[in-house]
Amino acid sequence: MGIMATAESYVIAIGTKKGLWLATSPDRKEWSLSGPHFLMSEIPSIGIDTRNGNTRIMVGVRSEHWGPTVAHSDDLGATWIEPEQGAIKFPDGTDAALERIWQIHPDADSRPGVVWAGCEPISVWKSTDGGEHFELNRGLWDHPHRSEWGAGYGGAAAHSIVVDQSGEKVHIAMSTGGVYRSLDGGASWEPRNKGISAYFMPDPNPEFGQCVHKIAADAAVGNRLYAQNHHGVYRTDDGGENWDSIADGLPADFGFVMLTHPRREGTAWVIPLKADGERIPPDSKLSVHRTDDAGATWKELHAGLPDHEYNAVLRDAASVDTAEPAGVYFGTRGGSVYASADEGETFTEVVSHLPDVLCVRAAVVVGTPAGTEEKANAPVLG
Amino acid sequence: MADFTVLLPGVLQPLVGGQSYLTASADGAVTVGQLLDSVTGDYPVLARRLRDETGALRRYVNIYVNGDEIRRVKGLDTEVAAGQEVLIIQSVAGG
Repeated sequence: MGIMATAESYVIAIGTKKGLWLATSPDRKEWSLSGPHFLMSEIPSIGIDTRNGNTRIMVGVRSEHWGPTVAHSDDLGATWIEPEQGAIKFPDGTDAALERIWQIHPDADSRPGVVWAGCEPISVWKSTDGGEHFELNRGLWDHPHRSEWGAGYGGAAAHSIVVDQSGEKVHIAMSTGGVYRSLDGGASWEPRNKGISAYFMPDPNPEFGQCVHKIAADAAVGNRLYAQNHHGVYRTDDGGENWDSIADGLPADFGFVMLTHPRREGTAWVIPLKADGERIPPDSKLSVHRTDDAGATWKELHAGLPDHEYNAVLRDAASVDTAEPAGVYFGTRGGSVYASADEGETFTEVVSHLPDVLCVRAAVVVGTPAGTEEKANAPVLG
Repeated sequence: MADFTVLLPGVLQPLVGGQSYLTASADGAVTVGQLLDSVTGDYPVLARRLRDETGALRRYVNIYVNGDEIRRVKGLDTEVAAGQEVLIIQSVAGG
């Protein structure tokens, strides 16, 4: 079966605890599912690179038995390629081994081929060949704070990478360590957490050590970023120099997800969870909340979502696409995936009863994903 | 010269063209680590499945030499004599 290479379609890549599924739709209403790919391996990270009119799906794969690796597909999942020497490997002398790939982030359109990765142990990597080979960012790896960064419940990782248009200003976030910023393209890094609470530490306002769950950049306002913290939702308008709470109006300030609009100023989405000790939606009602004014007000979006839901939505299990209006997508640890074609006003269930959803990425692509029968060349990952 | 044989689990065999075992030759006894270096030299993906980039054996990969799991002997320094069977089996952990 060949790829339908002419029609534009929407794809959702769904990374779970036990493999990858691809959902496709011509209209973001009716979805067809293929998978599992990499059955029994977890997929904690996905990057869909649509620059230059091509589509490359990159996945971080991790087998409990056989370890982590990066694979990519240039034919929407029909075949997968794993670079023979491994895309991400700690170099000699670091005495470290890759545990998990948490983030795969294609850079700006103006820098084709550049892909960033955030990994466990806490590290940032950069590829200039479309994700086939990454180099360790030594500025962060050799940072004097590194021995003091801790591990969140899911592990110690750099999980968010935000690069500005110039390519010089890079913000990353790690759990736990907080937000770090580079003004020289990643050569050097400084913590930028002023205003973000670390209430779980003896000093609740440390220079670093915060448990920032996710950061995302405003689409139109330079130096504006949003953060979903381990309790606390924040915005900075000065590139991380100061963070101010924008949690008023939300039912809870805890959560993992932070999404921003692909084009429009001031628009972001969060998916609150009740509280530190109770990682469930507030009142067990699953809702997305959107701001259109940079956090001054929030609107609850619940149409099409279940009234009773006890599963959390993890930090990377949510995504937006670049269509107009923007699509919003997310998956739960209960294996349900929801899609909205109207910026969250209404959701439809794409699929249910998958394994725990770890990562969701959505994109507008050319062609349709392959069926499961076409994955004969997938790497063997146990 | 003695020949050594490393038996692979079925799930790893596609990485070596479907072979169920790999062989190497050496003078006298070798260690498991040396044997893995030799048989995976042409198969870097297989090498990464078994050991991480520090050289450590992955947690849920078990290797047996003549029936003994090498972690209970000398790990990757466990010696293999000519004629001894080296068997790789993944742990049954999981859920």
